[in-house]
Parts: sequence; structure tokens; C-alpha cells
Amino acid sequence: MPLTGKVAVIDLTKGEITKTSIPEDLRRLYLGGRGLQAYLIYNYLKPRAETIGPDNVLVVSAGILTGSMAPAASRTQWGGKSPVTGAIASSNMGGYFGPELKFAGFEHLVIKGASKKPVYLWVHDGEIEVKDASHLWGKDTFETQQAIREELADEDIKVGCIGIAGENLVRLANFRTGPKDAAGRTGTGCIAGSKKLKAIAVRGRLGLRPAYPQKALEYAKEAIDKIMMTKVAKAMGVDGTSYIWNVTNSSGLLEWMNGQTNRFPFGDWHDMTIERFHEEYSTGIAACFNCTVHCRHQFRLKEGPLAGAFGEGPEYNTQTAFGTYGLNNWGDMLLGWHLANLYGIDTTGWCNAVRGVMELYQRGIIDKKVTGGLDLSWSNAKEITPKLMELTAKNKGIGAIIGRGPLGIISELSKYSDKVDYYIQHCKGLGKLGNVDRVQPSFSLGIATSTRGADHLRSRPALDHFNLPEQVLEKLYGGKVSSDYTSYDGKARMVRWHELTYAVVDCIGTCKFQTVFFSPNLPAYEEWSQYLLYNTAMEFTKEELFEIGERVYTLERMINLREAGHTRADDYPPERSFKEGHKYGLKPVRGKHLDRKKYEKMLDEYYELHGWDNKGVPTQETLKRLELDKEPSHIV
Amino acid sequence: MQKVITVDYEKCTGCRLCETVCSLYNEGVINPELSRIKMIRWEWDGLQIPTLCQQCDVAACMAVCPKNAIYRDKQLGCLKIDYSKCIGCKLCMQYCPFGALTYNFEKNRVIKCELCGGDAMCVKYCETKALQFVDINVAAIPKKRDLAEKIRTEVSVSESP
Repeated sequence: MPLTGKVAVIDLTKGEITKTSIPEDLRRLYLGGRGLQAYLIYNYLKPRAETIGPDNVLVVSAGILTGSMAPAASRTQWGGKSPVTGAIASSNMGGYFGPELKFAGFEHLVIKGASKKPVYLWVHDGEIEVKDASHLWGKDTFETQQAIREELADEDIKVGCIGIAGENLVRLANFRTGPKDAAGRTGTGCIAGSKKLKAIAVRGRLGLRPAYPQKALEYAKEAIDKIMMTKVAKAMGVDGTSYIWNVTNSSGLLEWMNGQTNRFPFGDWHDMTIERFHEEYSTGIAACFNCTVHCRHQFRLKEGPLAGAFGEGPEYNTQTAFGTYGLNNWGDMLLGWHLANLYGIDTTGWCNAVRGVMELYQRGIIDKKVTGGLDLSWSNAKEITPKLMELTAKNKGIGAIIGRGPLGIISELSKYSDKVDYYIQHCKGLGKLGNVDRVQPSFSLGIATSTRGADHLRSRPALDHFNLPEQVLEKLYGGKVSSDYTSYDGKARMVRWHELTYAVVDCIGTCKFQTVFFSPNLPAYEEWSQYLLYNTAMEFTKEELFEIGERVYTLERMINLREAGHTRADDYPPERSFKEGHKYGLKPVRGKHLDRKKYEKMLDEYYELHGWDNKGVPTQETLKRLELDKEPSHIV
Repeated sequence: MQKVITVDYEKCTGCRLCETVCSLYNEGVINPELSRIKMIRWEWDGLQIPTLCQQCDVAACMAVCPKNAIYRDKQLGCLKIDYSKCIGCKLCMQYCPFGALTYNFEKNRVIKCELCGGDAMCVKYCETKALQFVDINVAAIPKKRDLAEKIRTEVSVSESP
């Protein structure tokens, strides 16, 4: 595939658009997707820019192989400077938007400045037009997508857009596409809203030409056959990511009520299982572009204000987000999920914020005067969800506080107590999931060091749960790693390996679920080298790809250092993880919390492996080795 | 025996791999726009139906072609285009009742499903078997069985005391 995808820089203040090709030497350093995006953010973002304002950038990046014959190469990376955390904004989205962007001749869109009136971008076959979006302002994310298709008279147009949350500059707002997919985390929708950018519509008829068409075709089949042989592909194709829930729930690895307990406290947990979803709500299962695993659940709401509405994609993460603050059945969870999608709100971040605020209410730190009369008791979750979601989307009342995310909540509510910081659980300002991380040092280190803040998709070594033989682990990670998931031994190595590996995946543009994320038998470096060779004619060894991951991760670290001053102090899990153990679940889980001394040692090891100093700052030698010492180089 | 590509849209996940492999195998480019199989999607109902040439016995494309450029491959049972005769008038595209032909704007020629010489790529890569290349009579048997099952059940119900 001669790499023809261009970088377009769109200045919404001046209405100017420039298009540039990507030099091959830059490809060899950053590949594409998340890698080149980090490069573009570091180069185009005005240092220390306000996150809500024209100096921030919204960068949209398809992976180097997005739209190619590499299986499940559907992904698009969205980034800039996060209005939630003040550090890097970075979120990865599936669906059909990325391939269409590539077919239209573009790989990266750098959107800077801000428009005075609402606009949308119409990207098609090498052209980009800025079009009026006044008539779309105020529409939800489903209506917006369809309105643009009708206006441009083409049902095959793919649209990414914001909902009213983004318009109202809610920091937890996302940019999203189709009925399911979202660049959910770190406030990408808020950045777009501050630029008055309602949507990006893409349509491509240019296609992509693999360098070796026959080999690309044949190798894809070989890889697909291998992927579909795995147990996880089969489980995902039926239950989606929710196949995990029954296991984590029964093991005591889910945190309910903001981490106060690891045993389901809200009635009958059977109403939360994926089996119940299948029985009562499922209407089918769908796939993203070129994916044979198909893990996107489809459903129709049966009751409530939106009865009959069609939606897609509740995930394990939906259960752990909405479930853990008290929505104890699928009907309520799906309504919350669907509303968030219509408004364009990050479900993970929003539910984390709600959980935290509910615990403040439970402890009497805030009362009805602060909540605007809303009873935020856990038992009242069902009643308050639609109202709280609406208030968030409209940036009003308690919703305005929740919508700011962890740092905003802490700064707003700390006047009521000095314990607020303890109950709002986040890393680097990004809210954490409803998983128990504190019993598992690798998971804790991963969410804490993640460049975008608390999140599993930066490094989660799910393999740590598989109790694999240590010889297998040593071969995979290139050093000794304990197979006991509660151990600290070798876990710094494990986490760093996954950080770099997932960075490579996000550069390539395939789905993580078809990689070593879920199984050692799923594609990894060897397969990615082949995908790259047959599709682009570029040759990369495993070591070269790994080094690209290292470069990308370290550059993201530099962005955080420059923009938010992040160093060692920002690499810790929430304080609660060091202080409180859980009572229930499997024996190794019970009573466990993190040991500060061991954690510090693990962090030191982690920095050393990365080539960062003991404050977590990349050393000059590392920057030089990774050719980052000349950044920002302004080549593109 | 007449083998055809059957579509069971309820099994289709909408992944578009059929379009990708069709365009790459036949036109050398990954471009759903140049695929001979086309996914029609109702995104807000979560529904998609792949559409393609039905290889009609009484074929409008063949009948309307002023140059007799469309002919039947008797061995495969499909309709093919003889590009040495085709003048690119696109009448076949207009008269096909299914809109099953496509114009390749890069190569300036009409294209249609020719079953990839008997090893249809769309079928080969369709993981859920929403697409199958089967004898149409064999494909019809499950439906006959469904009908028979209905008769059997209803008769047994009505006859039970």
C-alpha cells in the first residue's frame, strides 16, 4: 500500500487548510495512528495552552494499517490536550470512520483554532470543506449523523460528531460515531465543542492499494483463521467483553459503591449477567470494519422514556461503570448507556464521577443543598440517572460539577471537607474503572503510569490472571516475571512491555482485542510485521516495532511533563488502594491492598526499564537514543 | 446443479470484509466502492443486507447489451462481461432490476460478480457464513424442512385430544 494518506491541518480561525504527505523517515519513527498523533500534538499544540480555547488542537489519526487487509484494522485515535486532566488527550475508537477517512485520502486531521459559528468538516476524496452546522447545533449524536447523510444525500457517509455535552463544553464529553463507537475518554468532545466543531463527515472512493495484494489477501485469511481458533474469539463473538463479568464478579474483583466493597450490594446479581441481557434485550451482534470476532451487542430498550430505541454496544465496562453505583439490572444500565451516547458523554468517566459524588453524599460531606435537591443515595440510582445525565449534558447544577471530572470535583467540593480527594478515585485526573486493581500490583501500576490517566487500555496485562508458566512469561517479556497476580516481582517489566506493545497496536490501527491483550495465541509482533510488509512494503523487525512503542510512550510522557508537569508524584494509584483491603472474594483477594514500599520499588524498576530518572523524567540519553531530543522538529 | 451465492442477512455482522476482499481480489484495490458485492445498511436499526448479482436466467443486462458483450459461463453458471466487445454504454447497469452492476471509474469499465472463477472471495472470508456458495436446491432444503416441521407440529397439535 503506497502510503498516500495525508496530514491535513485545518485552521478553523482562519478557515485555511493545508495538506502534506508524511515522509517515510517519520513513518519509521512513529508508524502512524497514536504514534504520529503524539508527534503532531507535540508539534502543533502551543505549549501550556488552555484546554478550552483556540490554542488546543484536536488531532484525528487513523492507524497506518486502518482500512487495510490487516484483520480488524478499524481504529481511529483522537487526541489533543485533555480538558479533563490537563495532560494528553488520547482515545481510540472503532467502527467505520477510520477506514472511510483513509479511503478519502487522509490519515491525520490536525484541527486548530476555533470557529465563530458552528461548523462541520466534509472530508471526501482528497477534499476538505468547512460547512455551516448552525442547524445541527443542539441535535443529539444519532440525529446529527443522519441529518448530515441526508443533507449530503449519501447514506454511506460516516460521521463523527459531538452531542450537546460537547456543545456545552462539558469536560467529560466525547466525540463519537455510529450507534456505539466513541473516542470516549479524556474529553475529546469538549475540545471539539470549544472549536465549535459539531461533526466530521467522511466519504472516500479512493481506496487503498496494498503493496502485495495477493499476499495481503492470503495472509489476512491465515491470520483470521488463527484468531478464530482461540477460545477468546469465540467467547467475544457471543458475549462481547461481558464474558469477563461473571468471573470478576464472583472472584471479588469488582468494586461496588466507589470501592467500598467487592461484593455485589444491590440485590440479585443475576439481573446483571450477560445471560440476562441475551434473554431480555439482545437483538443481535455486529462487527467493526473487517472484524470477524464481532463483539458489538445490539439491543432495543423495552421500557422507560426511550422504549423501542435501538442501541449498540454495552460492554463489560458498561456493567462495571453503571452497575457499580447502583443500577442493578440491564434495563436501567442500558438506559444510562444510551442517554450517554445520545448526549455524547464518556460513560467510564461519568460513572466514576457519579460514584465519587455519591460516596461524598453518603458520608454527609455534601447534602441536598449542593446536589440541587437530588437524593444521591445508592438506593436511588435508578431515579437520579436520567436527571443527572441531563444536568451533566446541559452543564447545570450538580451535573456541571460531575461533568468536570475528578480534578474539577475535587477543586469544587474540597471546601466541604479535606477528605474529598480521598473519595474521588483517579490517576492523573482521569477517573478509574470499577475494577479492583489494588490486589494486583500490575493492574495498579498500569493505571497509575498510564499516560492518559487511570485506564486499562494503556497497559492492562490481562495475561497476569492466566497463571501462565513462568518460562512462557520469561520468553514473552524478556525477563523474569512472577505468574502470581498478587506478586510485585517482575510486574514493572510486564507493565512496560504491555504499554509499549499497546502503543504499537494503536499506531497500526487494529483492535486490541485481536492482539496479545487477551491471549498469547493472538497476533503480536511477528504478525504485525507481516501485515505491514504486505500492505505497505515497509519492513520492521520486532525490535524496531518495540522501539517505536518506546518512542511513542516516552513522547507522550514528555507531552505530560510539558503540559501538566507530571512526574513521579502523578504515578500513584488512588490513596484508597494503599489503605483499604476488601473483605470478600477469592482468598488471594481478601484483605489485600497495596504495599507502599513494594510499590515504590516497582515504580523505580519501571522507570529504569523505560530509561527515565527516578522522578519519572526521561533522561537525555533516552531521548537521544529514541531520537526525541530534537522534538518538536516541525517536519510535518 | 446450479450453485449460487446465498445471503442469510440475519447472520451478517456488517463487517464489510466481503466488500474489501472482493475489490482487492478483482480490482487490485481495497475500496468498497469498487466491490461487486454491496452492503446496504440501516445503521439505526442495526441491520445490513449484502446485495449482489443474482446471475439471472433471463438476464436484463444480457438482453439490453447492444454488443452482446454479456455471456453465460456455462460451467460456473454465471454471467460474464467480454471486455473486447463491451463499449461501456452502461445500459446493463440501468436495466438490471437489482442495480447489481458497478462502474469502475478508475478503469472505466462496468464490473459485475463473476464468482471469482468459482472460489468466491466474499464467501471464503465470510466468517459467520452469512454468504454461502451452494447448490440452490440444497440451499432450499432447510426451508422445505421448516415448512414440513410447521405442518407436522400443527397437525399433531390439532389432532391431539
